[in-house]
Amino acid sequence: MGNPNVGKSAIFSRMTGAKVIVSNYPGSTVEVMQGTLKTGHENSMIIDAPGTYNLTPTCRAEEVSVQMLHEGDMVINVVDSTNLERNLYLTLQLLEKDKPVMVALNMWDETKHLGISIHIKRLEEMLGVPVVPVCGLTGEGIRDLILRLPETKTVKNSHYSENQKWERIGQIVSSVQTLSHHHHTLLERLEDLSIRPFTGIGIAACVIFSVFLSIRMIGENLIHYIFDPLFSMFYTPVMIKLSTYLSHSPFLHRILIGDLIEGHIDYCQSFGLLTTGFYVPVAMVLPYLFSFYLILGLLEDFGYLPRFAVLTDNLMHHFGLHGYAVIPMMLCLGCKVAGVLAIRILEERREKFIAATLMSIAIPCMAQNAMIIGILGQRGMENVLIVFATLFTILIIKGLILNKFVAGISPEILIEIPAYRIPQLKSVIKKLWMRLYSFLREALPLVFLGVLLVNLLHALKIIRYLADLFGPLLTGLWGIPKEAMSALLVGFLRKDVAVGMLAPLNLTTKQLIISSTILAVYFPCIATFVVLIRELGIKDMLKSVLLMVATSLSVGILLNIIL
Amino acid sequence: MNMAQQTVTNLTEMRAGEAGVIIEFTGGHKMASRLQSMGMRPGKKIIKVSSHFWQGPQTVEIENIQLAIGFGMAKKIFVKVER
Repeated sequence: MGNPNVGKSAIFSRMTGAKVIVSNYPGSTVEVMQGTLKTGHENSMIIDAPGTYNLTPTCRAEEVSVQMLHEGDMVINVVDSTNLERNLYLTLQLLEKDKPVMVALNMWDETKHLGISIHIKRLEEMLGVPVVPVCGLTGEGIRDLILRLPETKTVKNSHYSENQKWERIGQIVSSVQTLSHHHHTLLERLEDLSIRPFTGIGIAACVIFSVFLSIRMIGENLIHYIFDPLFSMFYTPVMIKLSTYLSHSPFLHRILIGDLIEGHIDYCQSFGLLTTGFYVPVAMVLPYLFSFYLILGLLEDFGYLPRFAVLTDNLMHHFGLHGYAVIPMMLCLGCKVAGVLAIRILEERREKFIAATLMSIAIPCMAQNAMIIGILGQRGMENVLIVFATLFTILIIKGLILNKFVAGISPEILIEIPAYRIPQLKSVIKKLWMRLYSFLREALPLVFLGVLLVNLLHALKIIRYLADLFGPLLTGLWGIPKEAMSALLVGFLRKDVAVGMLAPLNLTTKQLIISSTILAVYFPCIATFVVLIRELGIKDMLKSVLLMVATSLSVGILLNIIL
Repeated sequence: MNMAQQTVTNLTEMRAGEAGVIIEFTGGHKMASRLQSMGMRPGKKIIKVSSHFWQGPQTVEIENIQLAIGFGMAKKIFVKVER
């Protein structure tokens, strides 16, 4: 346990080898993570708790942390050694809990740069528990930490009032810590610039612009120069052989390969399990996820996100949120599940409801974006822009409306802004790999299921039945053909496949724009839906869904009229 | 006449770059205790870093800690500055 952004997850991952996301902003861990530490013959379970400043929780993530304290047998209190005084408050609170405690002085390497020196032996004596200097990022000192675990002890005696605690901390700090002067570094100058209003907004604009540009550049080039050539060199020949082999069992051919378009396999239109079902997630979505998470990882580790949150605070207040809500929203651009989980850093139910609803309606995930760019982008990028601009307009209008009509209060921003750190390539790549792996593991089966389902429903003529049933709505109100019903149906499972299904329908550009937008708005995918129920509760979730349906109805009609 | 004078002002009225000493919080106990545990305590030296447009968040530095504080909350934090 420890304060936010002191490096608990980094130490946890060093101790247990467990793979967890480590970032440079407060609130990057919102869930409890478990891992096993093997020492000799013994196995101990280590829990990584979300950060908290004290034991009076103010948001769900901190609540979880305090709950964990009751369940554990002992506490490893991770302390940021560059902010000893502030961190020791939680330490003293923990010492009162009659549990064995040990202190890990993290970011030990940073103290030298900052001209701080801490007398460890004296700190141990004054606290009465073992104190070990460590560096979570490099792994230095972790061995010592593990070796000294048995020395951990419970301190009897200390029950201080709040003011007494601060007095005690004052005594401790003045006797163990000496400060010497240090020069301002270039990074610190940049820190100042990015938090001042004028320069900050300028920097933010540059960052956003270059982020979008590089995500698109990297994604597109990966597809063009790596994934597509690899597919046509190695995968297509295999598929062609399989197609000939299966030519006398039409059913299997239909399921695995799909329809031949003018005698050829078309990865976008054939819709077989092994053709489209494999190509869409791997060669269309994965490259964009790669570039998105690479850039996001760099921004996270550098420490830019909280500064961006401060700059957007004002804007977000019009939506009944505060600036920190921008972080879940950015995560949501990658995957909605991650975004919805991250609303745990928000304090009030009202904020959570607004943030979750806005995210589900107006922020498409990267898998969907990649497909929209891939399919609609063929007709010109300006069409993609129309979709994104529409979604952004919905975001703003919905935000203003929700702020007006949802009851409750929205608290003000109060966050700590971490120091900039140069991202370490190794940890950025590790994080990138974890996120891509979890996409492949969790999304790939759903994509297959989606494609399989389409083929089965098609074969069983259920899709035709539903298309006839909802046809009038689709054609009459939205101006899209009733066949698009199948895409709407699959959209419940995966949005990327759903957008992919629009490709074989021979839609006009206008119809493609309308159906892409509706697919983004009308309902979250099943994975997001499940997390939404868990985080919001059934009642708020239902309200949220009603809003989604209403929005997609009206936006579809409006677009149909305007375009 | 150029003698520096000590004035007590709330955080939002400090100028960017100005330094002072935190005197008190006039918010509730909950706010005070949260601010304290984040490193913001009476008696601490505080430097105003910036304030954002239209009553936006106020950013301050206390020792090695940078905090961003909403405008309303910042109004309840009083600081002694020499002007």
